[in-house]
Amino acid sequence: MSGPELDPTFTALPHRRLGDAALTRAHELGVSHADFRFERVRYQHLGVRDGVLQGASDAEDLGFAVRVIHAGAWGFASGVVLTPEEAVRVAERAVEVAQVAADMTSTPVEIAPEPVYDDVTWISAYDVNPLEVPATEKATLLIDWTNRLRTGAAVDHASAFLQQVQENKYYADLAGTRTTQQRVRVHPGFEAMGTGADHFDSMSSIAPPAARGWEYLTGGWDWDDEIDQVPELLAEKLKAPSVEAGAYDLVIDPSNLWLTIHESIGHATELDRALGYEANYAGTSFATYDKRGTLQYGSPVMNITGDRTVAHGLATVGYDDEGVQTQSWDIVEDGLFVGYQLDRAMGHMKPELNDGRSNGCAYADSPGHIPIQRMANVSLQPEPHGPSTEELIARVERGLYVVGDKSWSIDMQRFNFQFTGQRFYKITDGELVGQLRDVAYQATTTDFWNSLEAVGGPQTWVLGGAFNCGKAQPGQVASVSHGCPTSLFRDIRILNTSDEAGH
Amino acid sequence: MTTPLTQQPIWATPQSLVEHALVTSTADDCIAIVRDKTSANLRWANNTLTTNGVMHAVTVTIVSFIRGADGVSTGSVTGSASSPGQVATLVDAADAAARAGSPAEDANDLVAGEAAKDWEDPPQPTDIHVYDDFAPALGEAFGRAAHGGRLLYGFVNHELTTTYLGSTTGLRLRHVQPTGHYGCTGKTAELSQSAWVGGATRDFTDVDALAIDATLAQRLGWATRRVDLPAGRYDTILPPSAVADVMIDAYWYAGARVAHEGQSVYSDRTDGTRIGHDVSDPGVTLFSDPAHPGLECEPFVVATQSSNEQSVFDNGLALGRTDWIRKGVLTSLLQTRHSAAMTKQPVTPRIDNLALSIDGGHGSIDDLVAGMDRGLLLTCLWYIRAVDEQTLLLTGLTRDGVYLVENGEITGAVNNFRWNESPVDLLRRFTHATDTVPAFSREWGDDYFSRTAMPALRIPDFNMSSVSQAL
Repeated sequence: MSGPELDPTFTALPHRRLGDAALTRAHELGVSHADFRFERVRYQHLGVRDGVLQGASDAEDLGFAVRVIHAGAWGFASGVVLTPEEAVRVAERAVEVAQVAADMTSTPVEIAPEPVYDDVTWISAYDVNPLEVPATEKATLLIDWTNRLRTGAAVDHASAFLQQVQENKYYADLAGTRTTQQRVRVHPGFEAMGTGADHFDSMSSIAPPAARGWEYLTGGWDWDDEIDQVPELLAEKLKAPSVEAGAYDLVIDPSNLWLTIHESIGHATELDRALGYEANYAGTSFATYDKRGTLQYGSPVMNITGDRTVAHGLATVGYDDEGVQTQSWDIVEDGLFVGYQLDRAMGHMKPELNDGRSNGCAYADSPGHIPIQRMANVSLQPEPHGPSTEELIARVERGLYVVGDKSWSIDMQRFNFQFTGQRFYKITDGELVGQLRDVAYQATTTDFWNSLEAVGGPQTWVLGGAFNCGKAQPGQVASVSHGCPTSLFRDIRILNTSDEAGH
Repeated sequence: MTTPLTQQPIWATPQSLVEHALVTSTADDCIAIVRDKTSANLRWANNTLTTNGVMHAVTVTIVSFIRGADGVSTGSVTGSASSPGQVATLVDAADAAARAGSPAEDANDLVAGEAAKDWEDPPQPTDIHVYDDFAPALGEAFGRAAHGGRLLYGFVNHELTTTYLGSTTGLRLRHVQPTGHYGCTGKTAELSQSAWVGGATRDFTDVDALAIDATLAQRLGWATRRVDLPAGRYDTILPPSAVADVMIDAYWYAGARVAHEGQSVYSDRTDGTRIGHDVSDPGVTLFSDPAHPGLECEPFVVATQSSNEQSVFDNGLALGRTDWIRKGVLTSLLQTRHSAAMTKQPVTPRIDNLALSIDGGHGSIDDLVAGMDRGLLLTCLWYIRAVDEQTLLLTGLTRDGVYLVENGEITGAVNNFRWNESPVDLLRRFTHATDTVPAFSREWGDDYFSRTAMPALRIPDFNMSSVSQAL
């Protein structure tokens, strides 16, 4: 069966002519490296509240950028007027910026080599491009979700949304690589809101965003089942007792654990953070370069991989924004910290990490932004014949089963984090005995992962993720997936958030 | 979009793009918003430049309105566009979306008007030369820092966005928005101490790289003595930057509709919202004003999509000073005309700046330090997220400098903490405040909200929930 094809409205654009013009001009100006990136990113967002479409909007980001290494410094410029003359001007501007930068660049920039990919095409795996489905059909579906949620007695208000993205990129560089790629991703969701005796609360869908098409909304997730359950789950949450702060064992569902992985492992193993490039913004990392190969990141059942290749992964792509073919690799092996995420400059700087090659983590979120090292799909591997979620719960005398993500925060070196969730079930003697309210868990990264006693089997593994990972100055937003099995952690600090707000 | 774009005229003025959209649309009404944005940035780490760039984008939003038997439906389409042909494609898409749409609940008459005096003026651009004075000084600061055993990491950004808003009801509004900021983190060579300086600027004439380095050197000097303190409640001075970090959340969560429907800290079971209720110390006034000196921002509504807190029907509504909290009483929440009718309150849309003033607040941080026996002085806050909307409990970290104050003097640096606090509650509990001064939020200023003016506040019992090992 043949899959989707490149969008002809993209291939009709003058990207190749502009690329040739820009790279030719950069070459004439004597640069040591130049790349050209032409992008069209289409977005559509729908928002529904209480059975009414509140807003629907389409947006498109179309433009191109030229990046050069000249006189040992980066130069970057972007433009939106799609003519060869403007491409030449943007190339000249990038060289001019490199000249300004050269005086302040004390360490000359070099990048790791990469094989040439001469005019290759890559398209993500999906059936139906969501942007080709009529907006009214999508609005009708979301309106129906909120109407059904509101039939629940505990539900006062309900909202739903759908974000969709189609990303087309053309990349060309002076070495001869040319890639044309197309990716599609969707983020649907809903929330039910209700009121208790003296408080209000809400419950959201735990469906992850995915690099899938419209088929995800019509059969890729059991929306009907979740919409049937959420009103009752919210009613139970509104009546639930408040948690008693203290230490508990946690069985964490993939719908919550993906975000903890993102924050405490994904960002901590970005080499640009470890090298200080993000020190003024996103932060650095406790996982400094000297700790690679010696730091016991977690317990021996912890195995973490990075990849940009998993099917339907939000960071999955054929070639990155520096023309590097994507890969998968180990980040934590049997609990030991072994690997980082790299771009080409860092691949050159640390040749021992990946045989002197980038592992393909460069990404820019728009034609107007410079590529930086962004997160791969960083995932926790299941135990091949590991336990089910029920078996993990059965091992706990006094604990909590944590489902769904909500609030999240971690410090600038990725030590101290605090998370809440959608549902916290009390576990007593191996059984779930109802929900608790006002729960947050708080830990230090390596303490937490070293308290990991068991990971579930492949039958518990889910690929979660987010559309809204922020990094860099100027700020860039990226989508990324994290797969994980249900997992058991011992002796984790639980806060009562109501107590935290009191005084 | 199937036409090869290079066949079309390559450039058109923003005003002509607006006019082309309005005559091309076959909808009953149409609004066209053109934003011409240029920016230039420099970024550095480890005393060397890392990335940089200059960007130019022209973004066009078309909002089409179709009247039917049951009401008015709308379509909103945004795209990069620089030619009449590209704009026509956007108009066709917006008109079609409006025709296919269902009646909007926020329908209202479009704002009528005429051409503003500056309508015909061209966009104002910035470029890399905005750093002609700053860049050489930064190079010199790298040298001084290296000599002094310091590492500098930072970023400067300057943007000029010229907005043109036109409508079939006669509006022709133009606004030029400068947005700039600087931030620099300094670390000792062995990375054991960290300090930060940052601020907003409109043109970089007031930003001095050598002064930034000198302040960082002073702050790293305060950290020569390191004191480890446990979690707990501390008498704490929040400088204006940290106050901005949390007050922006107090503002963003102040949507009238969400409050009226019972889901925010500003909700009341009986009255719907807490408007008219005491919510803070009686000396507190929290307000926005598009004409506030130094914080000037768009004086009219620009809305590309309707949501709880904005309505495309409100495009072009004039904005003026709005008190959100006046003398401790909640006076306004973020409104559309639709939510204002729902809540029976005046129309008070969101404004792109925020200021806090405290009656009786005076002096500076130095005065607060001088008056403190034992407590903490923070630098800024980080990774702030809402934990519980009911109390607007926020969590976050302290970052790049927690200083110990003893007997009115700074005597050392303390470890970082995770804190859990509500900004609304802080406005009830503070014991001292300074004058209101320009303040730049470390957490939100870079990407979202840089125009803030705040006092420093002293909180007698700030909740440091746990220790963070982060340096």
